[in-house]
Amino acid sequence: MSTYLKPVPNTWWLKRKPYILFMIRELTSIFVAGYCIFLLVLIFKLGEGSSSYSNFITTLQSPTSITLHIISLIFVLYHTITWFNLTPKILVLYRGEERISQRLVAGVFYFTWTAVSVVVAWLVLGF
Amino acid sequence: MVNRNKKIETGETMQLEILRYNPEVATEPSFQMYKVPFHEDWSILDAVNHIKNEIDGTLSYRWSCQMGVCGSCGIMINNIPKLSCGTFLRDYYPNKISIEPLDGFPVEKDLISDIDDFLTKLTDIKPYIIRNKGEEKSLDEGEYRQSPAELAQFKQYSMCINCMLCYAACPVYALDSTFIGPAAIALGQRYNMDSRDQGREDRQELIASHEGIWECTFVGECSAVCPKDVDPAAAIQRAKVSSTIDWFKDVLIPWRKKK
Amino acid sequence: MITNHDIVMVGGGGAGLRAAIAIAETNPNLNIAVVSKVYPMRSHTVAAEGGAAAVIKDNDSIENHIHDTIAGGDWLCDQDAVELFVKEAPKELIQMEHWGCPWNREPNGSVSVRPFGGMKIERTWYAADKTGFHMLHTLFQTSLKYNNITRYDEWFATKIIKENNRCQGVTAIELRTGKVQAISGKSVIMCTGGSGRIFPFTTNGGIKTGDGMAMAYKVGVPLKDMEFIQYHPTGLPGTGILITEAARGEGGILVNKDGYRYLQDYNLGKPLNIDDPNHPVKKSMELGPRDRLSQAFVGEMEQGKTAPGPYGQVVYLDIRHLGEKKIDKKIPFVRELSKNYASIDPVHELIPVRPVVHYMMGGIDTDITGATSLPGLYAAGECACVSINGANRLGSNSLTELLVFGSRAGRAAAKFALENPKIDTHLLEMQAKDEQERISKNFFQKKGGTERIFTLRKEMHDTMEAGAGIYRTETSLKETCNKIKELKDRFTNINIEDRSLNFNTELTSALELEFMLELAEVISHSALERKESRGSHQRTDFPERDDHNFLKHSLAYQTETKPQIDYKDVVITKWPPGERVYG
Repeated sequence: MSTYLKPVPNTWWLKRKPYILFMIRELTSIFVAGYCIFLLVLIFKLGEGSSSYSNFITTLQSPTSITLHIISLIFVLYHTITWFNLTPKILVLYRGEERISQRLVAGVFYFTWTAVSVVVAWLVLGF
Repeated sequence: MVNRNKKIETGETMQLEILRYNPEVATEPSFQMYKVPFHEDWSILDAVNHIKNEIDGTLSYRWSCQMGVCGSCGIMINNIPKLSCGTFLRDYYPNKISIEPLDGFPVEKDLISDIDDFLTKLTDIKPYIIRNKGEEKSLDEGEYRQSPAELAQFKQYSMCINCMLCYAACPVYALDSTFIGPAAIALGQRYNMDSRDQGREDRQELIASHEGIWECTFVGECSAVCPKDVDPAAAIQRAKVSSTIDWFKDVLIPWRKKK
Repeated sequence: MITNHDIVMVGGGGAGLRAAIAIAETNPNLNIAVVSKVYPMRSHTVAAEGGAAAVIKDNDSIENHIHDTIAGGDWLCDQDAVELFVKEAPKELIQMEHWGCPWNREPNGSVSVRPFGGMKIERTWYAADKTGFHMLHTLFQTSLKYNNITRYDEWFATKIIKENNRCQGVTAIELRTGKVQAISGKSVIMCTGGSGRIFPFTTNGGIKTGDGMAMAYKVGVPLKDMEFIQYHPTGLPGTGILITEAARGEGGILVNKDGYRYLQDYNLGKPLNIDDPNHPVKKSMELGPRDRLSQAFVGEMEQGKTAPGPYGQVVYLDIRHLGEKKIDKKIPFVRELSKNYASIDPVHELIPVRPVVHYMMGGIDTDITGATSLPGLYAAGECACVSINGANRLGSNSLTELLVFGSRAGRAAAKFALENPKIDTHLLEMQAKDEQERISKNFFQKKGGTERIFTLRKEMHDTMEAGAGIYRTETSLKETCNKIKELKDRFTNINIEDRSLNFNTELTSALELEFMLELAEVISHSALERKESRGSHQRTDFPERDDHNFLKHSLAYQTETKPQIDYKDVVITKWPPGERVYG
């Protein structure tokens, strides 16, 4: 007897909210990778000497660049939060029969992130 | 909570739009509309049984236990995979409900899907206790000792009722049916994490293959739709971690003896 | 068309899979077929909750388990079978553990047991409150190891093929194609389960329609003790969903509409305070046997002390005092079911319950190896009657029964197959062809039928519950017998709307109804002829137990007109009939 297999359109991910959010999460990886490349370029420019570096900083102050940075920040934040929330699923820890609270596991990541951010901010902004 | 002593039958009706398919008369499925009486405590299965009993005897679907433990009655309800026996009319009233067979599987008839692909994968994942040669206990020696903590390690993954809602929710499986899939991998992990089992190596070839865990992109919908909180997504990601650690061990300590 | 195997199992539940594995392990060169109308993990074993009994504690003994079972069965059990069953039970459950069954554990790693109804000492092994689920999945997944087991998933067996006074296989519809095929076997084991769906309120799933029992009956094999139908005291009203006895094993209590623990009025002992460390007392009050608890409900109902609900009268199961932690650890499924299907949270509220049909003590007459009167045909599990359950089954004995008699029947069937290898496949093919024609003529191509399946089934439900329920009288039973006869006649006029060949579930519903009507007739006639009250068969016109005339098993044979009821003696070895004492 012949069976029928429903064809899957390329727009399958538009059908439901969880799939759309998943696609956005995947898309944010591009921005994460992009920002890593940017940091490498920044270090490279620093190595090229102070005039090359200051020219680069000037281009970074353009409206386009700032907009891009803000978008990247939002996406990197989204990426981080979704992945931090998923880590307790992967990092399954038990104390005897009881499973260690998923909030606690995610909490450790958030705490570490905040702590590192505070230290970096202190170094960079020079308090 | 619904007040159980309230009058159950209200005289109202609800509309169910069901995707019918009979390969003997059509090459494609088409929707058919049914009107059923609305009862506060009716599940979708109760409504569908009513249709078959009193309106249209040709409607075909799977069901048995009516209590969410046999796994027969998985279908798409408003595009979300659910068990028809565990989904209730009252949560949709007064809106129309759209009912289709599970995504990702070929349809045989009406709401009956061909799930043999899963059965094959389940067999291939070797879902049984494997002991090393010479390390099997005889029956006279009694049970393998297992502490409550050791039982807790794999208990969650043993709760799978093979309902396949996870496969229906997985976009990877929809796009590529060679993917081993959430339930099969979760069941493989159930045995991997059972302290009595020594067969992880035997399952690795399939689990850590391209069609296994590495096709998963952690969409996570499998766990979201699982009616038994098996959390197959977690099972898969944990397997990714342990397989990666294995790989590093193989590279850095190539002379180590495998279990 | 025909396919050939050495041994054919009909039914892929606990008994069928255990039998298949038993054969596959000891005879790797024997070819086994498991024919099931559903995928094996859908079999109703999956819904069993409470546990499986076997003696393991030091303060327990084989004698105790034997005595509890025989007394629980109101002395209708064959004692040689019970002795054997109890002795083999522990090994079978250890075997399940070796195969991976996730039994609950003590802190020291050994298997835990809990108290259960009618048992003097706790001996019920359990896996949370989903024991049947875990057992079935363990058996199914273990069966995947053996490549000499061939599965016929979603093949609906319709008839036992009998040639030369020997069972040589079955005919079955391949549901995918609608074709009737013969599956030959040098021996056949029926493991098709019970038939709760004959009654309107049942814990049983939709598939429990007694197919195998009816098929055996139709080829001349007698059905034993069919009048004994077990009502489980705590099913949810309306749906009939099972609330496990384990809830009472953990200390749950039953109260009527006034909050009174009414069981103390029914010779089941005196209640201890729920805070008393000795509560619950085994074999007392809520841990009494199921037949007595269900009968107590009827007593309360007749006195107007039950509470009205949208699906009739109810009493309440109170587990609030167990506390959320204990409930979530020991009986989490009870909480889940109560929330989903009764819309109450048992941690804070009372669960409305009533007796619902749960199990059939009766079935295909077999001896202690699982052999029936037809050479080559064996039976095991709920569809068989050995009998170890007698007139009333104790909770947690039947999951163990699947294993003990599944493996015994498997081994016996294998031996028979090895000793009797010759089959006449030509004759079998002809039987398959005849069966295809019968089904075509009576269902697919039928013209002008007027009866709906649903109507006939509902009328069967109504008459069985009214006439052959917990309490029966001669009048009510005679009425039911006549009604069933009328329904059987009307069945010949049935109308099937679905004329398609693939996955015709209306056809299978009709075939199932045909089976159930046969069994309903057997049950009501068997009950009519047993003029005494014993265990779960209660006659208000014959309220006493009559060992003199009825310490016997009923045997129902098919005739042209109505079932012929004969009797055979119960096997008594060491335990002469006594009083059932609870409380």
